[in-house]
Amino acid sequence: MFPFSFEWVWDAGHMVFHGGLWYALSIIGLGITYCVIKAAIDTGNEKDGGHHDV
Amino acid sequence: MKEERKQNPSMKYAMAIDLDRCTGCGACMVACMAENNVPFKADESNKLDSITWLRIYKLTNGKSYPDLDVCYLPRPCQHCEGHGGHSPCVSVCPATATDYSSETGIVSQIYTRCFGCRYCMAACPYHARYFNWWDPVWPEGMEKYLTPNVSPRMRGVVEKCSFCFHRYQLAKDAAYARGRTVVPEKDYQTACTQACPSGAIVFGDLNNPQHQVHQIVRPDPKNGNKSKNPRAFRLLERLGTNTKIYYLSSREWVRRAGDNYLQHEKTGAVPVPH
Amino acid sequence: MDSALIPKGLKRCPTWQFLLGLGVVGVVLAWGIYAMLLCWFKGLNQTNMNDYYGFALWIWADLAVIALGGGAFFSGLLRYIIGKDELKAIINYAVVIGFICYTSALLILAIDVGQPLRGWFIFWHANVHSMLTEVAFCLSCYLGVLTIEYIPLILENRQLNKVSFFHHLAHNMHETMAVFAATGAFLSFFHQGSLGGVAGVLYGRPFAFREGLLIWPWTFFLFTWSAAAYGPCFTLFVTWITEKITRKKLVKDNVVELLAKISGWMIFTYTIAKICDTTRWANMLAPSLGQTLSNFYTNNAFYGYWILFSEVILGGLVPAIILISPTLRKRSTWRVTALFLAIMGICLNRWVMVLQVMAVPVMPFDQWVLYIPSWQEVATTILPVAYGIILIMISYRYLPIFPQEAELNPIAPNDVPVTHGDAAVAAEPATV
Repeated sequence: MFPFSFEWVWDAGHMVFHGGLWYALSIIGLGITYCVIKAAIDTGNEKDGGHHDV
Repeated sequence: MKEERKQNPSMKYAMAIDLDRCTGCGACMVACMAENNVPFKADESNKLDSITWLRIYKLTNGKSYPDLDVCYLPRPCQHCEGHGGHSPCVSVCPATATDYSSETGIVSQIYTRCFGCRYCMAACPYHARYFNWWDPVWPEGMEKYLTPNVSPRMRGVVEKCSFCFHRYQLAKDAAYARGRTVVPEKDYQTACTQACPSGAIVFGDLNNPQHQVHQIVRPDPKNGNKSKNPRAFRLLERLGTNTKIYYLSSREWVRRAGDNYLQHEKTGAVPVPH
Repeated sequence: MDSALIPKGLKRCPTWQFLLGLGVVGVVLAWGIYAMLLCWFKGLNQTNMNDYYGFALWIWADLAVIALGGGAFFSGLLRYIIGKDELKAIINYAVVIGFICYTSALLILAIDVGQPLRGWFIFWHANVHSMLTEVAFCLSCYLGVLTIEYIPLILENRQLNKVSFFHHLAHNMHETMAVFAATGAFLSFFHQGSLGGVAGVLYGRPFAFREGLLIWPWTFFLFTWSAAAYGPCFTLFVTWITEKITRKKLVKDNVVELLAKISGWMIFTYTIAKICDTTRWANMLAPSLGQTLSNFYTNNAFYGYWILFSEVILGGLVPAIILISPTLRKRSTWRVTALFLAIMGICLNRWVMVLQVMAVPVMPFDQWVLYIPSWQEVATTILPVAYGIILIMISYRYLPIFPQEAELNPIAPNDVPVTHGDAAVAAEPATV
C-alpha cells in the first residue's frame, strides 16, 4: 500500500493502481473536509446574526 | 542476493514421474506428510478436507476385465511457471502470500502472510492447495517427531507442496560452507523422491543438462517447455500453466488422461500456449 | 413515545408495533450473530466448504449483494451526473439499500477469511495484480462514499437537524454530492468489474476463464454492466415491498417507470453482450482448451443447461422485454414480476460464476463435486438480510427517506399523533 512495504515495486502496475486509489481517496477526503469546514463557517456566521430557518 | 543471482544461472527445479513404474504404494505420500509436518484429522474418511500435499490418483482406462488397465498418478503441487512466473495461484493472491521464485522456479507459500481467502485454491485446477480447516493437532508424543526445519501451519491458512524447500535451504547452506555456490543434484532431493521404492520419481534442475531430470524431460523452451520425450506429458498442458511436473508413460490412454481433448484431437498434438 | 423523532407530516405505525417488528427480526439477527461467532471462534470447520469449494455460499452472497447494491451507484450516476432529476424521489432509498448491501458484503468477507485478524494484509501487502485486491480497495472506498451519502440523510432527522452545525453539514454535503457520486461511480466501475475479473482471470478453470481487453477479462465489463442494469431492479423491488408493508405509496409511478425503463434497456443490452460472450466461449475458447459445452452442463446431479437458460433468458431477456415495453411496465404485476425475474437472474449469474466454477472438474480424471452449505453458513448469510431489514425499519421511521411520501399520503388532522407537547410541530403541513 505504501512505498516502504517491501513488496512495493515502482512499476506501471503499482503506479496505475495506487495512483487511482489515492486520487479517489483524495477527492473523498478533500470533499468531506470542505463540507465540514464550510458547515463550521456557516454555523459561525449564523451565530453572528444569521437566521436559522429550520 | 543480486550478486548471487549474477553468479548463479536461474534454476528450475522440476520432477519427472514415471507412471509406468509407480505402483501406488503411497510411500511418497507418507514421506511427504512426515517430512513436512502435514496435520491429519482423527477421522480421515472425508478426503475433501484432508491435507495431502502429494496425492495419488487412481486412473483406469474405463474398460472391464481382462482389458482393464490401472495407473497411479502422484500429484504434488505442479509449481506452475505460467507465462513469466504468472502462475494461476500466484497472480491472484491479494496479499502476496505466495510467490514464484525466479531463482528456483518454486512456488512458495508464506503461511504467516496468508489470511485465508482461498482465492489461490479456486485458481488451482490441480487441487494442489489445501486449507487448514482445523488447528493442527498431533497425537500425544508425536509432536516430538515433527521436522524441526518445517513450521507447522495454523488454522485458517492455505498450504501446499514446497518441493521440500527447507531441504534446499540446508543444501545451499552446506554448499556455501564448502565454498560452492551451486547446490549439487544429490544434495537437494525431495522426501517423496527418496521414499519412492521403485525409483519412479526423479527430481532436479531442469535448466541443468547434467541433471537427470533434464536428460529425461529434454524441455523445449521454444515450445513452452514442452518435453521432447515422446513418453512425457504434463497435466493440463494446454491451459498454459507451464508446470514443472513431467509424467512419463508408454501407454497412450494414460498420456491422454493428462489433458482434455476434443474427440478428433490426437493425444499430445495440441498447441501449448506461450 | 418516539414521535419527536418521526419526520414532520409523516405517519408511522405505533411504537409497540415497531418494537415488535424489531424484536422478531432481531431474533433472526441473533441467530446469525451466534453462527458468526461460532465461525470466528471455532474456525471455518463450521462450514461445509472443503478443498474443492474454497469459494462457496459466502462468496456468492458477496457477489450477489454487491450486484444488487449497484442500484446506489447507478441511480447516483443517473441523478447527479446524467441529470435525471426525477430520481431524487428514490435516490435516498437507493443509498440506504446500497449501504446495507456493502456493509453486508464486508461483514460476510470478514467471516469468510480464515484469519480475520489478518484482514488488513490485503491492504498493507497488496498484490496489485490480484483482482481481489482491486475489489477490497474499491469496495472499502466506495463504502466510504456510501457512508458520506447516508450521513446527510441521518442528519436530516428532525431532532439532529435542529443542531445548526448538522443542518449546515447536511446541506453542504447535499450540495457537493455530485463529486461524491462521480467518485462512487468510478470506484464502482472498478470493483464491480473486478468481481467479474475474479472468475475471469482463472486461466486454470476453463469454465470461468475469458479473454478480454488489456488486463481485464470480458467478465470484468459484464459484471459492471450487469450491476448497473440489475441494481436498480433491486432498489425498485425493495421499494415495492416497503410500499406493501407500510400500505402506502412512497414513490410516484413516473419515477418508478423511468428507472424501470432504464434498467430494462440496460438488461437488454447486457443480455445481448452476455449471449455474445457465451457463444464465443462455448464455440471458440472452451474447445481451444479441449472442452465442450456439454462438459460443463452434463454428468452431474445439479448443473444442467436449465441454469444457463434460467440466467440468460428467464432472468435476462424476459424481464428486459417486460421493462422495455411501456404497456407492460406500467402494469404493476408485470413490472414486479420482471423485477423478481431480474433479481433471480443476476443472483443466478453470480452463483454460476462462483459455485459452478468450483464444481466443474478440470482434470479429466477428476469428478464433479457438489456442496450443500451448513446451517452456520446459511445463518450468517441470512444475518445481513435481518440487519438490512432492521436498518430499513429504523431509517424509514426516523428519516425523510422518501421525499414524495408526505405529498402522496397527506395526513388528516385527526390522524396526527398527540404526544407530550409535540402536537403543534407534528401538525405542521408537510414540506418537501
